[in-house]
Amino acid sequence: MLWIAIRMLTGDAQKFYGLLFGIAFSTLLITQQMTIFVNLVQRGASGVYNAPEAEVWVMDPVSRTTDVSYAMPPTALDKVRSVQGVEWAVPHLRAVANVRTKEGDLEGVGVIGVDDATLIGLPARMAKGDKSVLFAPDAVAVDDTGSLRFFPPEIDPVGQRLELNDQRAVIRGIADSIPSFTSTVVLYTRYSNALNFVPGTRNRLSFVLVGVSEGQTPSEVAARIERETGLKARTREEFAQAGIDFIIENTGIPTNFGITVFLGFVVGVAIVGLTFSLFIRDNIKQFGALKAIGVTNAKIVRMVAAQAGLVGLIGYALGVIGTVVFILAFSANPFFKGFYIPWQVPLISLVAVAIILAITGFIALRSVLKTEPAAVFR
Amino acid sequence: MTATVSPPCDAEAAICARGIVREFEAGQSTIRVLHGIDADIRSGEMTYVVGESGSGKTTLISIMCGILYPTEGEVKVFGTDIYKLSDTELVNFRLDNIGFIFQQYNLIPSIDAASNAAVPLIAQGVPLHEARERAKVLLDKLNILDQADKLPRQLSGGQQQRVAIARALVHEPRLVVCDEPTAALDARSGRRVMDLLREVAVAPGRACIIVTHDNRIFDLADRIIVLEDGRITHDGKDMPDDH
Repeated sequence: MLWIAIRMLTGDAQKFYGLLFGIAFSTLLITQQMTIFVNLVQRGASGVYNAPEAEVWVMDPVSRTTDVSYAMPPTALDKVRSVQGVEWAVPHLRAVANVRTKEGDLEGVGVIGVDDATLIGLPARMAKGDKSVLFAPDAVAVDDTGSLRFFPPEIDPVGQRLELNDQRAVIRGIADSIPSFTSTVVLYTRYSNALNFVPGTRNRLSFVLVGVSEGQTPSEVAARIERETGLKARTREEFAQAGIDFIIENTGIPTNFGITVFLGFVVGVAIVGLTFSLFIRDNIKQFGALKAIGVTNAKIVRMVAAQAGLVGLIGYALGVIGTVVFILAFSANPFFKGFYIPWQVPLISLVAVAIILAITGFIALRSVLKTEPAAVFR
Repeated sequence: MTATVSPPCDAEAAICARGIVREFEAGQSTIRVLHGIDADIRSGEMTYVVGESGSGKTTLISIMCGILYPTEGEVKVFGTDIYKLSDTELVNFRLDNIGFIFQQYNLIPSIDAASNAAVPLIAQGVPLHEARERAKVLLDKLNILDQADKLPRQLSGGQQQRVAIARALVHEPRLVVCDEPTAALDARSGRRVMDLLREVAVAPGRACIIVTHDNRIFDLADRIIVLEDGRITHDGKDMPDDH
């Protein structure tokens, strides 16, 4: 009977494709929007991910994220270094500055000062040039967002000079970094250079990045640093999560994306529900005849479930493929750099599709089950 | 007021209906459509149930073939009191013992003629290929084997009706129920269909009931039951003169 059910469904091409469209569109909307949402809020942790060597981040107790920080006195670095279990500790400066472009426009940029000696605090890879280029005088490495925003494609950013807070800076390399939540251009330079580029107050040290000794866990060392220095210390994972939480708590993004995902669900219910009900209504005589002939309600339920399942599987697959194509198509755009589809997102979409089909299938099925077999004689 | 005593069931009866009452709710009121019907349908006969629209013939036949519960009374089909069966047992009883030919055929539009004819076998769990092959044997008997792979919309009305007949007979039911089989046909085609039905559906141990008000085919009946206002007013070989 399931074969008959599938043929009944696919035989009505208009409604079959309508159902597929409804499910695929819903899946696409839900999967794509949730993927963008997840990747976007993870950008709140990009500052942490871009400094992969740091196992513990130490900061002033009022600091919250890599972008919301309060500078500490330089002595904080020595305090941290004196804590047992700290293998190494390096200064890390994060500040904002202005770059005057060749067209004369001002562009706000982030300046990140990494350790002069070890260059800890730089992203793991350079898209162009070597990390050692930062040892040159006035050298900065621009992130790929900046390389595209400041220069047309025909100009190689490496070797170009910038006016950074009225001072000369020379781009010596391009850092392969994860863009920030706001996609602000970021310039990496040595800590001592950053102090010159960014005018500031007495205290300039944003963070102390820490590596832990062998046999110690980051959480143990972080707790010990807090206890012994009075500073705030977070493991890499904790601080990354703090950045994500900050975005979720302080922006309207979850609400906006949530609304879109909800609308995707509603559109799915509406299109699929309407089409499925029309399909069932058009076939109600056939279902009635089957019931009269001797097909049990349980078999009818299985037939409708098979129809819903087929539409759901194909529509869901099309929706997920659509999302993958979308992500691939935009992968060259810096805004979408590093975007991926977490495995939980397709799973949530699958659950949403199952709920859509369960609701619409149940509504459609009610009319079939309520149909008396005797109705076929009327 | 004296209670009417129903006669005992005929031992040869394919269907024995006794004291059938059926009422329908219509808003606040209750309409009684059948008023204590006693009827026997015998095996090896083609029995017509005739009457004007609203006389209750469709309701009676629905009750007789187990797709509509009576308000009162009992129906025995080949000795089984069908309304004492559970819902699932009743559905399975219909599947194994009754074949239906609906007025509008109700073929499934997206499967071909052979598959449509094979539906009861498929519902019984017979593998698709085997069911189609058995259906094709019947389509051959009905002279439409060459149409076996066509969809219903590619068939003429007469061919669709033959597919519906094949569907009613493919699982070799003991009772065949036809609803207005000639309503949409001209006189010649109607008689041809009735001849065909007699040839394939009427046999010893098998009964055929036809609901109709088509007086052009009354002469082809073995027995005619006339219903008027929910009561049997005639039961015999020929139509009464006043009809």
